[in-house]
Amino acid sequence: MSQTDFAIQTQGMTRAFGGINAVENLDLAIPKGTIYGFLGPNGCGKSTSIRMLTGLLSPTSGNIRVLGEILPGAEEKLRRRIGYMTQKFSLYDNLSVRENLEFVAQIYGLTRRQSQQRLAELLTLYDLVGREKQMAGSMSGGQRQRLALAAATLHHPELLFLDEPTSAVDPENRREFWERLFDLCAQGTTILVSTHYMDEAERCHGLAILERGIKRADGSPQQLMAAMGARVIEVSGDDLRTLKQSLISESAVLSAAQIGSRLRVLVRSDIADPLAWLKPRIANRAMEEVRASLEDVFVTCTGERLAAHAKEASHVA
Amino acid sequence: MWRRIFAIVVKELRQLSRDRMTFGMIVMIPLVQLMLFGYAINTDARHLPAGLVNLSDSAYSRTLIQAVEATQVVDFKQRYLSAAEAEAAITRGDVKAVLYLPADFDARLVRHPSFAGQQYYLTQPVGQWLVDGSDTVVASTIRSLRQMPLDEIAGMALKTATPSFEVVQYFNPEQRSVVNIVPGLLGVILTMTMVMFTSAAIVREREQGNMEFLITTPVRPLELMLGKIVPYVLVGFVQVTIILSAGHLLFDVPIRGGLDSIALAAMLFICASLTLGLVISTMAKTQLQSMQMTVFVLLPSILLSGFMFPYEAMPVAAQWIAEALPATHFMRMSRAIVLRDAQVMDLQFDALWMIGFTCIGLLIASLRFSKRLD
Repeated sequence: MSQTDFAIQTQGMTRAFGGINAVENLDLAIPKGTIYGFLGPNGCGKSTSIRMLTGLLSPTSGNIRVLGEILPGAEEKLRRRIGYMTQKFSLYDNLSVRENLEFVAQIYGLTRRQSQQRLAELLTLYDLVGREKQMAGSMSGGQRQRLALAAATLHHPELLFLDEPTSAVDPENRREFWERLFDLCAQGTTILVSTHYMDEAERCHGLAILERGIKRADGSPQQLMAAMGARVIEVSGDDLRTLKQSLISESAVLSAAQIGSRLRVLVRSDIADPLAWLKPRIANRAMEEVRASLEDVFVTCTGERLAAHAKEASHVA
Repeated sequence: MWRRIFAIVVKELRQLSRDRMTFGMIVMIPLVQLMLFGYAINTDARHLPAGLVNLSDSAYSRTLIQAVEATQVVDFKQRYLSAAEAEAAITRGDVKAVLYLPADFDARLVRHPSFAGQQYYLTQPVGQWLVDGSDTVVASTIRSLRQMPLDEIAGMALKTATPSFEVVQYFNPEQRSVVNIVPGLLGVILTMTMVMFTSAAIVREREQGNMEFLITTPVRPLELMLGKIVPYVLVGFVQVTIILSAGHLLFDVPIRGGLDSIALAAMLFICASLTLGLVISTMAKTQLQSMQMTVFVLLPSILLSGFMFPYEAMPVAAQWIAEALPATHFMRMSRAIVLRDAQVMDLQFDALWMIGFTCIGLLIASLRFSKRLD
């Protein structure tokens, strides 16, 4: 692929805050027209990376090229070509849906007629018809998020940044939201989305797993799962807590996590036959090999503590 | 550019109109402050609580006491038998002053040197005031009784004395302090509300998370600053109207100068105060910090600007600080225009200074406000 096929390219992108690297040596090459995900727990450098790519933060070192322009330096030029939906709702609570969108349209320099037309489109597209006069502050999480997406895409950006867009949204609205992202993507918009939900990450075309500012893996979800370096065995039976304790002390076991009445065990792939290897260690419990999930990838990449954290977060939602 | 400024102005006005509390404050702050200052601040002290030691107890002395009470400067609350007792009362704070009339009061009175045709006069005064001098206003008020004429009390004609100076008072013949306070209050209230509103303006957007979105849009810092200022210029004019009309109706403050001059001076001052607030807003990290910085500006604006104490009486260093505050310049202008019918052209130094302050302030605020997070 030539340079112009990439929406975002970085080499060694690093940002330090008070001597600690929030993002360290991040290399990215995100093709145009794809949805790319940053997956990682809170504080792993997702937001910092997005802020550097939108020109809000300067990198401590490294090269950044966004839509062919070099950052820092071309921020103002890029403003009209990129859209940014912040993690926290950033429109005005005490303005109505229409007033918020009108404000954004005027800031982007749309004429009155253009703005009326675009607003009508967006209100229909994002299912906000009938709510034009409602104050943004009194809307539900899902409605606000649709309003924020409408505002971020009002000026038809070529590249859209979404920082944890679905953290305040229920699962059904999340699915719907992703449908809209695929619509945008089909129209040629490149989307970079950060998340700590596995199911969301699995929908992306490409993915980078971040931990403490460092990229642990990247590729498509399928590639990541295939190249995981571990096989997944589910054990079922009694007293799984004790079994878990004994298994995780083995160096060949990367992790063991209980899921309902089963224990999901990740066994290093240098063990040729993991079922035979496990058999003497699990007494008479039943077991079967299952397909790896993105969560398993995440665990092998980042260690169990963080996976537990991410899972907790997805359960809360 | 104008479209974006207009967008921000409309947005600010909409938000302001929905913030009932702030909306109420815009009207209530000037009204309440005007009442408070107009009625409470009075440098002509009246009805001070006083004590009396009358050792003569003659008809003359009682006439004198009545004459003193008739001035309304003091009310005699207590009688004491000795000077020592009276002194103790002053120390305790029971009374602010004590009139001491000696036993030979009658003799001192009739032989007082101020009467015409005296052959054998005494050089002693007829009595003595003991004053709690810790409050200078009280002390100087009592001092004004020193030259009280004694002719009616003694029933004798006065010697005609020619004063050293003739004093003609322009512009406030009745010497009412409220006349001087109302135009000054314009400056204090505008400083307070204008600086406060804009000092919160940028910080609030930052605190509520609106800023991160706003700075990824093509809006320019100067556009944002101007858009934030314009709505409050209107607010400022509403307040000026309230203060001047209420001052005129309630306290009978004359408005001698042209309304155009007042409007122009107020405009300059409102803009200067708003940019000062904006500069604060670009420095503060939280709304609490911006509030603290507002108070930091507000106090000297009240105490050093000439609102409370005459500018000329302050030491040079304090005058320099005062010169830096927009309130000082406006105080001068508003008093000159409202009370002395001056034109803005007569006050061009103050006017130019405020224009300069506004431009530099806007520049600093726009430069300090960067569309970055680092």
